[in-house]
Amino acid sequence: MTSVTDVSPARPAFRLTRAFHGLERLVVPALLIVGWEAFARSGMLPPALLPAPSAVLHALGDWVFGFDETTQTYSGHWLRDALASALRVFGGFALASLLGILAGVAIGWSRLFEKTLEPTLQMLRPIPPVSWIPLAIIWFGIADKPAIFLVFLGAFFPVLMNSIHGVKTVDHNLVRAGAMMGANGRQMLTDIVLPAALPSIFAGLRIAVGSAWMLTVTAEMVAVKSGLGYVLWDSYYFLRYDIVLAAMISIGLLGYLSDLGLKAIMARTLRWQQTTTVQGRAG
Amino acid sequence: MAAIELRNIVKVFSDKRRSRDLLTLDNINLDIEANDFVCLLGPSGCGKSTLLNIIAGFEQATSGRTLVDGKQVERPGSDRGVVFQQPTLMPWLTAIDNIAFHLKLKGVARAERYDRAMEFIDLVGLRGFEHHHPSEMSGGMNQRVGIARALLMNPSVILMDEPFAALDAQTKLEMQEELVAIWQKRRCTIVFVTHSVDEALVLGNKIVVMTRRPGRIREAVNFDLPRPRDITSPEFNDAKRHILALIREESTRLAQAS
Repeated sequence: MTSVTDVSPARPAFRLTRAFHGLERLVVPALLIVGWEAFARSGMLPPALLPAPSAVLHALGDWVFGFDETTQTYSGHWLRDALASALRVFGGFALASLLGILAGVAIGWSRLFEKTLEPTLQMLRPIPPVSWIPLAIIWFGIADKPAIFLVFLGAFFPVLMNSIHGVKTVDHNLVRAGAMMGANGRQMLTDIVLPAALPSIFAGLRIAVGSAWMLTVTAEMVAVKSGLGYVLWDSYYFLRYDIVLAAMISIGLLGYLSDLGLKAIMARTLRWQQTTTVQGRAG
Repeated sequence: MAAIELRNIVKVFSDKRRSRDLLTLDNINLDIEANDFVCLLGPSGCGKSTLLNIIAGFEQATSGRTLVDGKQVERPGSDRGVVFQQPTLMPWLTAIDNIAFHLKLKGVARAERYDRAMEFIDLVGLRGFEHHHPSEMSGGMNQRVGIARALLMNPSVILMDEPFAALDAQTKLEMQEELVAIWQKRRCTIVFVTHSVDEALVLGNKIVVMTRRPGRIREAVNFDLPRPRDITSPEFNDAKRHILALIREESTRLAQAS
């Protein structure tokens, strides 16, 4: 009884807390930025070493819109740089997703693939993608290709591992139910195992998109002459830490947006799951 | 010819970790006639679910023959509808898509699938919920979908493995009544596994009492009390007393042996 009567008067209060919900999230970032600005202006460090948030914002603004050329050659070129990075991320990520899901499902589903393919892949997995940079450069030169190759390496294994896991942990009884309803081998895979493994595959894709951004930036720092990572490293040579920070913020923002996009696709695809996950309700 | 013929079924599970064999089913012989409602009654671990899985084709007997409609069972198939202990629905499909899944596998067009599935939605009383996902329905509703899914295949036998065990007492009673009504309406052969004497007596017209491991058939009791059955009637209680005596006999025998 008490639980029932407790709920209704709580409703308006609940709405009120929801209104504050958005503001709550801003408290920590706001405090950080204010503290950073104050610290930068206090003069404890030379402004060149720690640019104030206002200076970073200024650099970012000029980089994006090109209003006073404070970022010199980068002024107004942000979109071009961001696009260059985003295309590498997308290229490597798409390739990694395709091959990762294919190989993962094959290994998870068939003993033959598990025995022949998995040991080799598992041996390659612990090698950090970054350590492939020398080979990537001598194989692919200095352009998009080595970057896409590195992104592929970073994104492939999370997709692979999660696809294998997803297929292997499919409820055994669902497979039995499928056999009972007359599913043949191919239908078992496409109509039962694959949809059942999707939540796990998506978890892999989300990890992979994060790795993809990390490796794009890494590749651009050493092997490519364009993109956000290149701007970051180039500005470092010219002691423009405001641009370095602006580049870091741009990467963070784009990485976050990629994840949001992926999350939206996942929410649509896994709509059936939403009522059972904690996350679907909490947001 | 009986709908299901079990001949000298033996099932041995090899326990590899302890390197010994476990005799689970010991020489089971049973004929189940068409349109029978048979309850396999026995304690946990007596192998009744294993026996059901052998008929379903999910497991192979170590030796012996299993015939359904005169044909040897080799693998699962849509001639034997199975209702699992847990609903075991495809969580990404709605109720109607789950019920019509068999038709989808056969390549039947969507409009016809839905048309045929609606009949079974109505039969199990789920009209209005056909586009709900399993996560949006209660356990009892999901189990109804599971029953409708098995019925839609129009199988010659329906195998049910304690399908109501996870339901609350009230829902369980409703589901039992509905199942009997469906069975009377559609005249199908049902093999129903349960550990509850009351459930077996409410549902079955033949009750096969099994012994504790190794599983053997203690006695197959014919029980033709008219329906709806009054669970307080003297006839019901006589039958119950008889079956309880069989079970008790079994446990005293085991107690003396140990």
